[in-house]
This record gives sequence, C-alpha cells and structure tokens, in this order.
Amino acid sequence: MKLSRSPWLIHYDCSSCNGCDIEVLAATMPRYDVERFGIINTGDPMHADILLTTGGCNHQNAPVLKQIYEQMPNPKVVVAVGTCACTGGVFKDCYNILGGTDTVIPVDVYVTGCAARPESIIDGVVQALAILDQKYEAYTTDPKAKEGN
Amino acid sequence: MMRIVLCVVYLIAAPFVGCLLDGCDRKITARMQGRQGPSVYQPWWDLQKLLAKERLMVNPSQFYLMASYTVFVVISGALFFCGSDLLLVFFALTTSEMFMVLAASTTSSPYSSMGANRELIQMTSSEPMVLLTAVGLYLATGTFSVAETAAMGGLPIICKLPGFFIGFVFILTIKMRKSPFDVSTSHHAHQEMVKGVTTEMSGATLACETIANWYEHVMLMGIIGLFCLNGTVWSMLLAIVVALAVYFLEVLIDNTSARVKWQTMFKLAWGVTIVCAGVNLFVLQMLR
Amino acid sequence: MIANLVPVLILFPFLVAAATALIKEDQLRGCVIYTGSAVTIVAALTLVAQWALGGAQTVELYVETGTVDHIILACELLLMCLVIFLSCAHGKFPIAMLSAVQTLGVVWFEVLSGVELEEKAHMVIDRFTIIMVLIVACVGCLIATYAVGYMRGYHQHHTEFADRRSFFLPLLFVFIGAMFGLVLSANMAWMYFFWEITSVISFLLIGYTQTEEAVTNSFRALWMNLLGGLGYAAGIIWFGWTYGTIDLYDLVASGSAGEAVAIGCVALLAFAALTKSAQLPFSQWLLGAMVAPTPSSALLHSATMVKAGVYLLLRLAPAMHGNLAGYMVAFIGGLTFFSASLMAISTSDGKRVLAFSTISNLGLITACAGVGSAETVWAGLFLIVFHAVSKSMLFQCIGAIENTTHSRDVESMHGLIQRQPKLATIMIIGICGMFLAPFGMLISKWAALKSFVEAGRIFGTLLVLMVCFGSATTLLYWSKWLSKLVAINHTKPQKDITEQGEYLSLFLHAAAMVLICLCFPVLSGKLMQPILETMYGAVDPTISTGNLIIMVVLLACVLVLPALLATLSKKVQRREVLNYMAGINTGDNNHFIDTMGNDKELQLSAWYLENWFGENKVMKPSLIAAVAIIVLMLGVILGGALV
Repeated sequence: MKLSRSPWLIHYDCSSCNGCDIEVLAATMPRYDVERFGIINTGDPMHADILLTTGGCNHQNAPVLKQIYEQMPNPKVVVAVGTCACTGGVFKDCYNILGGTDTVIPVDVYVTGCAARPESIIDGVVQALAILDQKYEAYTTDPKAKEGN
Repeated sequence: MMRIVLCVVYLIAAPFVGCLLDGCDRKITARMQGRQGPSVYQPWWDLQKLLAKERLMVNPSQFYLMASYTVFVVISGALFFCGSDLLLVFFALTTSEMFMVLAASTTSSPYSSMGANRELIQMTSSEPMVLLTAVGLYLATGTFSVAETAAMGGLPIICKLPGFFIGFVFILTIKMRKSPFDVSTSHHAHQEMVKGVTTEMSGATLACETIANWYEHVMLMGIIGLFCLNGTVWSMLLAIVVALAVYFLEVLIDNTSARVKWQTMFKLAWGVTIVCAGVNLFVLQMLR
Repeated sequence: MIANLVPVLILFPFLVAAATALIKEDQLRGCVIYTGSAVTIVAALTLVAQWALGGAQTVELYVETGTVDHIILACELLLMCLVIFLSCAHGKFPIAMLSAVQTLGVVWFEVLSGVELEEKAHMVIDRFTIIMVLIVACVGCLIATYAVGYMRGYHQHHTEFADRRSFFLPLLFVFIGAMFGLVLSANMAWMYFFWEITSVISFLLIGYTQTEEAVTNSFRALWMNLLGGLGYAAGIIWFGWTYGTIDLYDLVASGSAGEAVAIGCVALLAFAALTKSAQLPFSQWLLGAMVAPTPSSALLHSATMVKAGVYLLLRLAPAMHGNLAGYMVAFIGGLTFFSASLMAISTSDGKRVLAFSTISNLGLITACAGVGSAETVWAGLFLIVFHAVSKSMLFQCIGAIENTTHSRDVESMHGLIQRQPKLATIMIIGICGMFLAPFGMLISKWAALKSFVEAGRIFGTLLVLMVCFGSATTLLYWSKWLSKLVAINHTKPQKDITEQGEYLSLFLHAAAMVLICLCFPVLSGKLMQPILETMYGAVDPTISTGNLIIMVVLLACVLVLPALLATLSKKVQRREVLNYMAGINTGDNNHFIDTMGNDKELQLSAWYLENWFGENKVMKPSLIAAVAIIVLMLGVILGGALV
C-alpha cells in the first residue's frame, strides 16, 4: 500500500505576492498534467494529503494556516513553495512577518525560486511523495505517530 | 434463482466495475484535454488511500449516516438487479440520498450545509423524471417489475420510450454529478462550494461516498440497459453497448459544458421532464 | 349489544364535555379529561371487539327512529340559531343567511314536504367505519389528554389572551362525539347534522383567542364550511325527492349504476367534502385555523374535521369511478396536492408548513377517491390512517416545541436534536413517516401512482404528472426541515417544560406509527382488502405482499441500521477536528473571524425559494384554476342531470 499513488493537494496562500500562486496553479493545469501521478487539487484540507504553501507567514494568517494543517488527516506532508514560503524572502524583516512556513508548522520539502517554476514545484511534490510513504510506514508501525506529527 | 445470482454478482462486482468505469472516465477526460492522464486503476488507489488515512471526526453522527447512505444505495441496487419493483428501487434510492443530505447537514458547517441545500434542489430537479421513468416503463410493458420488463419480448422498449430515455439521460448528468450540474459537489477540483456535501468528510467517510457512487453508477447504467432489453442475447449486447455509449456521452458532456447555476439546472430539468417525458407519456396513453 | 354501545360511544364525549365545562378547578378537570379519554377509548375498543366477535360483519342499526329524528331536527335548529346569533353579532349577515337556508331546507324537506322516505338503517358499522372510529377515538382522545398540559403551558406563555379553557377543552370532546356520529351514520340527514356540528365547533375553536385575526379566520372557516353544507343539503333534498331514500349506500349504488341525478347528488356531496377537507379553492380556512392553540389544530388536521371530508369522498368513491364527478374531484385533488406542496417550500413557520402538508396530503387522498378504482381507494384508506397518526404527532410536537423554545419557526429549530433530544426525535419520526421510503405514506403514494396510470388517457396522464412533480416538492420541504433538526452545533440543552401527559401522547403516537408501518402487510390483507371487496367485489392487491414485506424489511433497516453502525463505529479511534471554515473557525464551530478581526456568529439558513414558490406567486393561479374546474364541471354535471 503506497499513499504516494494518490496524493491530493491543498494550496494555501499565506501572504504571497501571487507570483508563486500563479505558478502553482499553472503546474496543476493540463499543460503539465500532474493527474498522471494521481495528483488532484482538492481545496479541502479534510481531503488533502499534501499542503502547498506560498508566501511568508504573518501574524494574521498563522492561526489560519495552523488550523488548516490540523484539519488534514495524518499522514500528511507540507511543501513550502517559493523563497518567501521557505524563509520569508525579501519580506523577512517586515514588522508583520513571522518568517517562512516552518515558523508555524513543520515543513517537509522546500521549493525555492522567486517565483518557483512549475517544473520545480512538480519536482518538489514528487519528492514529497517519498516522504509521504515514509510517514505512512511510521504511522502504521508506530502508535505514537498516530497522535500527530 | 437467476435473479439471486444476478443480485450477488452485482453486490460483488459492482464496486469493481464502477471503479473501472470511473478510471476510464478519468482517462478519457484526460485524453479529451490532450493529457496523458492517470492510470485506469487510479480510483482504486484513491480508495485505498482514503481507507488508510487517519480517521477524523468533525461530528459523531457523520460517519454512520454516510455508512447508512452507502448501505441503502447498495440495497436499492440489489433490489434492482434482483428484478423487483422499479418504483420501490427508486424510493429506496431517494431514502439513501436522504441519509447523505443528513450527513452533510448534521455538521452545521457552512460549506457542507450549502452543499446539502443544493443536493436537495438537485433531488427535486431529478425526482419527477426518475418517477416518470418507472411510469413509462410500466406503460410500455404493463408491469413495474424489472425482471418482467427485462424478459419482455418484442421490440426493445426504447423504441416506445424515446422521450423517457432522453429525459433520463438528461437527469443522469445530475445524478452522476457531471460538470454542468455539479452544484452540490463534484469529483472535479471545482472550488465554488469547496467540496459541497463532502467538505467535512475525510478518510473512511469519504471512502463510503466513493463506494456508494460506484454502486449507484452501475445501477444507473443498469436502468439505461433496461431500456434496451427484450429477453434475447443480442439485446443484452445492445444494452451493454448503449450503456457504455451513454457513459461516454456523460463524459463528453462533462468536458464540453461548463458548470451551470442551480436555477438553470432546476428549470432545465423540469422543462426537459415535462417536454420529453410528458409528451411521450401522453402519446403512450393515447395509443393504449 | 352493539346497538346499545353506539349511543354510549357518541353521547359519552358530550357528557365529558359537559363535566369539563362545569368544573373550574384545574387539577380535577385534568383528571376528568384523562378519565374521559380513557373511557372513550375503552368504549371504542369494546365496540370494535364486540363487532369483531360478532363475525366482523356489516351491522345495520336503528331502522325505526321516530323520536331521535325529531331530537336531531331540534338540535339542528338550535345550531342554526347559534350560528345566526353569532354571525349577526359580528355583522356577518350573509353567513346567517347561508346557515338558515340550508337548515330550513332540510327541515322543510323532512317534515313538511310530504315526501315519504324509505325507512332504512340509520347507522351502519363496517370495516371502514371501524377504522375511522379507532382513529377518532385513539388520536382524538390522545390530543385531548395532550391539551390539558399544553393549555396550562399556553396560558403561562401567552398571558395576553383570556383563559377560556373551560370553553376550549369541552369543545374538543364535543368534536370527538360528533365525529363518531358522522362516521357511524348511514342516513344522510343524520350525517348532515353531525357534519354541521363539526363546522360550528371548528369555527368556535378557531376563534378561541378572540383577537381580530382569529375572529376573521373563524368566520372564513364558517362560511366556507357552510357553503359546503349548502351543497350537502341540496344533495340530500334532491336525492330524497327523486329516489325516496336518503341512505348513503343507496346513493353510492345509484351513482355506481351511472344514473345522472345520483351522480349530480354525488357531485354536490363531494363539493361539500372538498370544502371540509380544505381543498383548493377552499384551502384558506385551514391555513387561517393556525391562529388557534395547537390542540385544536392537531384535532382539525389529523383525526377529525378534514378527515370527515375525505371519509365521505372515499365512501362515495365507487360512484365517482369514471364519471365527471370523479374527474372534478380528482383534478381538484391533484392540483391541491401539487400546489400546496409548492407553497410549503417557501414557508418557514412550522405550523404553516404542516398546514400546507395537510392540504397537500388530503389532495392526494381526494385524487384517490376521485379516480375511484379499488386500488386508489386502498391507497386512500392507508393515507387516512397514516396521515391521522403522523400529523397529530407532528402538531403536538411542534406545540410542545413552541411552548419550550418560544418559537415554531423552522429556522429556530436548527440543532434541536441537541437542545431538545426527545422532542426532536419524535419530530424526526413524524417527518420521516410523512415522506420517506419505507414508511406508510410513501407506500400509499406508490400505490396511488400505480393506479393513476390506469385511470384514463388525458386524465391519467395529468394526474401522474401532478403526483410525480408533487412528490419531488414534498421531498424538498420535508427534507430541509429534517436537515435543520439534525444539525449539531454544540449548544447546551434547554430546559424542557413539556409535561408528562403530553409526552405520553407523543410517545404513544410514535409507537403507533412505527407499529402500523411494521404491520402493514397484515393490515392490508386483513382490514383493507375486505373493505375493497365489499365496495368493489373481488380485487387484486395493489402492491403484492412480497413487495410489502420488502418494505417492512427496509423499514427495519432504516430504524436499526444507523443505530447499529453508530455503535459499531464508536469503538474506532478518531481525532476530533473543527469544521472547515477556510481556517477562520474560532474553535467552537459556531463563530468565525470576520474581516475586522472580530468573532462573528455563524448563521445557517435553509432555502425557501420565495421568488419561485412563494405563496403570492402560486396561490392566485391555483385558486383561479380550482374555481374554474369546480364551476365548469359542477355546472356541466348538474346541468346534465337537470336536463
């Protein structure tokens, strides 16, 4: 049983300039055909396995991101897309910015770029799939992993 | 005896057939859009994943209501394939959908409740045609029994019921949640209502919905097939061909029509029902 | 023995009424009502037992009734005086005229006209009567027991109305007594007397609060029912004049034989029944009846009043099979079924939804009677039974909910299952019974649909279309109510002020409904089939026993399966998460963070589609269509019979 055969995405825009958002959407368009990996963009955390985040986290959206993350059933992975999502990027020192996605929730894959290219986003997601399988193994064997990770 | 065998075959094989149909649907859709698309086994993998994932609970009642929905869909399908009364089958199907609506609205969640409301509108739109289909089959054959209808000799009843057939195919688009009428939820990543009725469902609960859909699709195809049966072997082949053609037609509609608003759906569904089924009904009554 | 029991059954409720009117002390009055109800039920059951032990044959009673006839005539005149007095007191002179014309007409015909009427049994007991007696006794008396506690709560909650309970409670029993008389009578003059009593009592009950609205509505109910009464009186006089008998069964026999005058009389009687059953264009009086306290609504809607109309229609059904009178009744019924269910969608007042649903369901029964074949009468009989039980339950339940939560709006019932689990459960059972698959109403609808296909070419087509579309809209308004009830939004339970007596009645109703559904095949075979045989000769069952048994199994599934799955799934470990609200759920599923960063309460509403099915859109065209149907068809029938 491999979870990676059916990874469903949810995409959350923390405070991106929309550059990475457009690239994420572009990557899920027919042009790149991510459905051949079974990837579906669901838009609903309850259905999703992979969370794509774009933009740096700020005080207002940190709880939102956290809530969405908690609403995803385990095992799940997080992919930070774009430089801002990885580190906060050029906005890092702004008064309202906490930093990258990993200041709020654990991140598994970092995809850099400003904006990140669709190819690298897809590559990041495919890397996330391997992690998803590892996490599932841990989830089925280790009861502690069930508590949440 | 034959009926029971058919019923058991349905119970065992329907999810696999439904799954395969679903897989072909996604493959054909991808090809229509110039993509390679997923494997035809993709829906099966999706189901496995859903069952493997952690169980979330938004609300204590949701899971068992969804499970009841699934069981009732299976019961109505089984009633159909063991050849019982067609109206009874439709009533059981309606009851099952009721459980789905309750499962969605019990959460008190905004998206889910909106989805439930739209689901109800969908049911209201398609219900007259569903009931009229049974009436039409009765007028053509003199019986409501599925078994007797299927064994009836002479021309396939579709010749007498073209209007009913068109009307039924029309509301099939609603029942299968295809693009134009996916107002309550859809299997696509349309995001108007997030995921509508299924918004709050995850893991096993969502798996229930998927399985129920497969059972339901097979049964709906069975009803399409019933229009073509006249007790002979070639008619069975014809039934299968027509059912597959209709399935393909639905995929085509899915890919060529953008979504429509529920208002339009409602007007169209009732309009088509009145015009196609109503006129056909009238003509049949006159010819009796 | 039976001959002695029948007067007891009819007169005893009047006795209870008198006692209730005289006793002012609250506790004692309650006891009298409880005992009276119990005794009435026992009397009815004894009658049924006696009749069953006597071989369950059709029993004919009271051939010679000189004095009783005169007493009844005297009472009729008294009733007329009462109506005239009250109408004149409120300046409604046309209503006084309406009452005077018909009563004096009947009195003249019986006493002065010199027509020698054949002496026949004045009362007849057969299976249909027995069913009606059971419904009236059980449902009616349970409503009376419920009323004791309800009215106490009502006057605590509505201090603005004068407490006239010693007027209200007796009327309930008078009503029950009159209903017994009505269903037992075979002589149309006797039946007319009881018919008029129910008209007048319903008028008094509706006007209970004496507000301006109540008075207006009560007079509307009165004139509509008196108009029907006029039709009734005309029917009796005409039939008696031509045939020299006013026996209901003679009328049905002559009508079935296709005699034009008899069919004309049947049409007139059916017209009276349409007004009583609140069919279009006479539906307004039943909607207006909502102003009265809930027990009277429950009584009017379930066991009595409106049932009197459909009872008469089903009695007349064989005489309406395949003729114009039947077409008229069936069209009106089909139209009412469809348009009342449309209007129910756009209504959020719970009692009004129930009222529309009553009208709509009675429409279906009316259509069944109008088609008049054995299958439709089977469906109609079952519809009467199920409708009586579930509607009475729903009305009582909504009354209890209103007393407890101070609102009867469907919207305010969001999450009722948490706040008032017991009441909500009963409500859910009632609603399921009204439209969901394996419950009784739906089986009857199923049978009706099957037999309408056979009803005739144009006629059958139209009826089938009306039933199919009407079923869809019925589904919509019930299921959106149901989905309101089951929503869970983590509010605390409220204090329940429903009294034990009320719960007793509610639970008995719920149990009765489930039991009747489970016993469906038996009821159909042992009770309904023989009725049809006496009315039509040998008949095939509409829905085969095999299918009925499947239905019962399905019912068991609906009742057991969710509970079973719930217990099974309890053991599975699950992580609780919040509802999805785009990440801005504040943590209790009831609030979210708005754009200003504040907590905002989540409000969920069902859809009412006023712009589509609003009363102001649907009512007028339906009324016009109904009036047109009645005027045209009645004109043709009467004209044909007179020429």
